[in-house]
Amino acid sequence: MTKLVYFAWVRERIGKGEEYLDLEPSIVTVGDLLSHLKTRGEEYEAAFEYPEVIRVAINQEHVDHDTPIKGADEIALFPPMTGG
Amino acid sequence: MSTVKPLILIQTGDFDTAAEISRMTRGRRDIGAVVTFSGLCRDEGGMISALEIEHYPGMAEAEIRRIAEDVLARWTLTGLTVVHRFGFIKPGENIVLVVAASAHRHAAFEAACFLMDYLKNAAPFWKKQHLVSGEASDWVEAKAKDKEALQRWTTVK
Repeated sequence: MTKLVYFAWVRERIGKGEEYLDLEPSIVTVGDLLSHLKTRGEEYEAAFEYPEVIRVAINQEHVDHDTPIKGADEIALFPPMTGG
Repeated sequence: MSTVKPLILIQTGDFDTAAEISRMTRGRRDIGAVVTFSGLCRDEGGMISALEIEHYPGMAEAEIRRIAEDVLARWTLTGLTVVHRFGFIKPGENIVLVVAASAHRHAAFEAACFLMDYLKNAAPFWKKQHLVSGEASDWVEAKAKDKEALQRWTTVK
């Protein structure tokens, strides 16, 4: 099981801040994960309508969409950051 | 590898800039320059009643620490403190503080600027605007100019 965490409008559109998912071995990269999540229902479709804008962190470090997710304990998906 | 250990604080409460400067400089005789940057909540012409700042606990501190270590590898500093608040913040209140100290002013100025440019792009915080009118609150969009601000650090040393 992999822990997924969501922030800001990604969290609001999905309707939860975190969940645990069993990810099929066919989901290799972050990009694959985004495509898969988009098929999980209309909340997910709303959150990942434009997957290219979504920023991702694996085990609390930023990664690109072509990064493999193998071995990830925690994958965070969120919009571009607006702190400071 | 720098021996300076950055102080990173992620908190809901306010900070005291003068207290953070004296925490850094007390008992020191080698510091010639202290630069501080404070980021405050604007009301955008009376439109905003509050900002709600969400963060990724754990990663927020870890990411700012990574940026701080990059700063310390690039400039010779004698101290570096970053405080970032989360939760509800009203117009006029503090959001973020950077304190950079060095022997001479240029390193401290540049370090504080670099740190803020990278913090805005990579530290996992998100701002939601609550409006005076009571209309639905909305998330602040990331600005292209914040991303463009990083470019000069890849060309200027």
